[in-house]
Amino acid sequence: MRGMRDAGPDRGLRADRVARRADGRLVVDGVCLSPRTGETIGLLGPNGSGKSTLLRLLAGVLAPSAGVVTLDGRPLPEVGRRAAARRIATVQQHAHTQTDLTVRDVVALGRIPHRRAFAPATAADDRAVTAALERTGLTGRAGQSWHTLSGGERQRAQIARALAQEPRELLLDEPTNHLDIQHQLDLLDLIADLPVTTVIALHDLNLAAMYCDRLLVLREGRTVAEGSPGDVLTPALIEAVYGVRAEVTHEPGHPVIRFVRRAARTAKPRPGPRSALP
Amino acid sequence: MSARTLLSAGGGLAVLAVSVAVAVTIGPADISTAEVWASVAAHLGGGQSPPAPLRDGIVWNLRMPRTLLAAVCGAGLALCGAVMQSLLRNPLADPFVLGVSSGASTGAVTVVVLGVGGGAVSLSAGAFAGALLSFALVLLLSHSLGGGMDRVVLSGVAAMQLFSALTSFIVLTSADAETTKGVLFWLLGSLAGADWGQVLLCASALAAVLVVCLAGSTTLDAFAFGEEAAAGLGVHVARARLLLLCATALLTAVLVGCAGAIGFVGLVLPHATRALTGPGHARLLPVTALAGAVFLVWVDTLARTVVDPQEVPVGVVTSLIGVPAFIAVLYRGRSKA
Repeated sequence: MRGMRDAGPDRGLRADRVARRADGRLVVDGVCLSPRTGETIGLLGPNGSGKSTLLRLLAGVLAPSAGVVTLDGRPLPEVGRRAAARRIATVQQHAHTQTDLTVRDVVALGRIPHRRAFAPATAADDRAVTAALERTGLTGRAGQSWHTLSGGERQRAQIARALAQEPRELLLDEPTNHLDIQHQLDLLDLIADLPVTTVIALHDLNLAAMYCDRLLVLREGRTVAEGSPGDVLTPALIEAVYGVRAEVTHEPGHPVIRFVRRAARTAKPRPGPRSALP
Repeated sequence: MSARTLLSAGGGLAVLAVSVAVAVTIGPADISTAEVWASVAAHLGGGQSPPAPLRDGIVWNLRMPRTLLAAVCGAGLALCGAVMQSLLRNPLADPFVLGVSSGASTGAVTVVVLGVGGGAVSLSAGAFAGALLSFALVLLLSHSLGGGMDRVVLSGVAAMQLFSALTSFIVLTSADAETTKGVLFWLLGSLAGADWGQVLLCASALAAVLVVCLAGSTTLDAFAFGEEAAAGLGVHVARARLLLLCATALLTAVLVGCAGAIGFVGLVLPHATRALTGPGHARLLPVTALAGAVFLVWVDTLARTVVDPQEVPVGVVTSLIGVPAFIAVLYRGRSKA
């Protein structure tokens, strides 16, 4: 997705110096973000650094206490919630429901912003749902109950639901959090190949380096670094933001991060089997 | 609405019409279906030969309004239950979860036992006022606690406890045995006092709230994965929640004011219907309303005939039938999950 033409500063989703105050504290503090059309931006930062809040501001679910989020140059409140949901889709960390839904039911939820009250689903709705199931490899499971899916399949179904919204912007909040490594890679391969502009919050620096075109690193709500993975992910930055030591080697394509064990721990003499006895 | 929905709605309406026609013929006085039709036709202005005045009175002034009120209450309670369960994302939610019924009972005993209003205020009006007061308290409390769905449920529990205690306090300290029995009968839910005014009032409230809920059916679908997900699908969460909560609370208050707190219909019928229609609210809501109507028509018929000549409060019978049905639904759900 690299090398796509930037469609101009006013196109797409843009955050301009957005801030969000909660309980008297700035959770997000003056962050700017303007993804280029089609690129994948990774949001990095420790827990509580404001990644989720920034994503919610971008989705228009939260209103910024300062600054503005625009879609094609118009502030989100002006665009309207439904119209915004036809352009911007979000996938949460963990989806949970009590309702007995089939996979197709779940994906069809993505058509809600496109539907009118009292009107049945249209052929366009059916087409979008079928295409989304196809794209995420869930066609064979469409009739199955959501509750029978594995964690990875559930996140796939949520991405299919997001695609059924036919968005141009996709926002994901640590979508791989509860998955094993195979499903993490599967899911990120799927996401990186989607023909949409993607902003994805991630915990794993190596996955971010592998799959993102650009990274934005947050600490205490403020941007501390922004740029390509190779430029951003330096040992100095990792130490400053996460407080851990790391070595970074530059592989072809993307950097690889190797974390170093704390010196204090490695220096501690390891107790042998005998010394473990009282 | 799709053709399939219209078809099932048409079928359901037919079943309901037949149920009402048959239920009206059942009772101590033996009345034929032909007499029912003759009486109805005469009162609607098209009949030639009305039946004898006494039998006509039984049909038109007693059984017909009572059966229709049963249908309207059943439909309304089932509808409100389905909406509450989806909105609060809680399978245990029912129309009374917001304290409406407890508030209504306090309002009713305030009028009947304490004599507030000096006889000018009816039991129904007192119950309605109490229900609204309780609901307002729940809204206020949940809003000040942050407004999430779990806060709404917890506030409802608090209001329910408070008003139940108030009701018991008033009854135990001020009522004589006769009044206590009357109040208890009403508290358990009874359609015995049905008249045409109540039928019209409840039916209008039902029609209005049904339209509001059907208009919000895709919004309710959107709540499946929670409020955050619904917001992501373009739903104005706070606005939709307030509108649907107020609409269902108002309808419940009207129904409880007329017939007392008939339990279980609003809890069980939506679950049973969901197993039939699937989770989509555009189908679920009309079908559950029809199912509730048919259910309560028959349960009330049972309640007024089974221990003839005495009458069992319909709320007692709904629970006696509802609990085994509920357990059956739970077992079904268990084998599927």
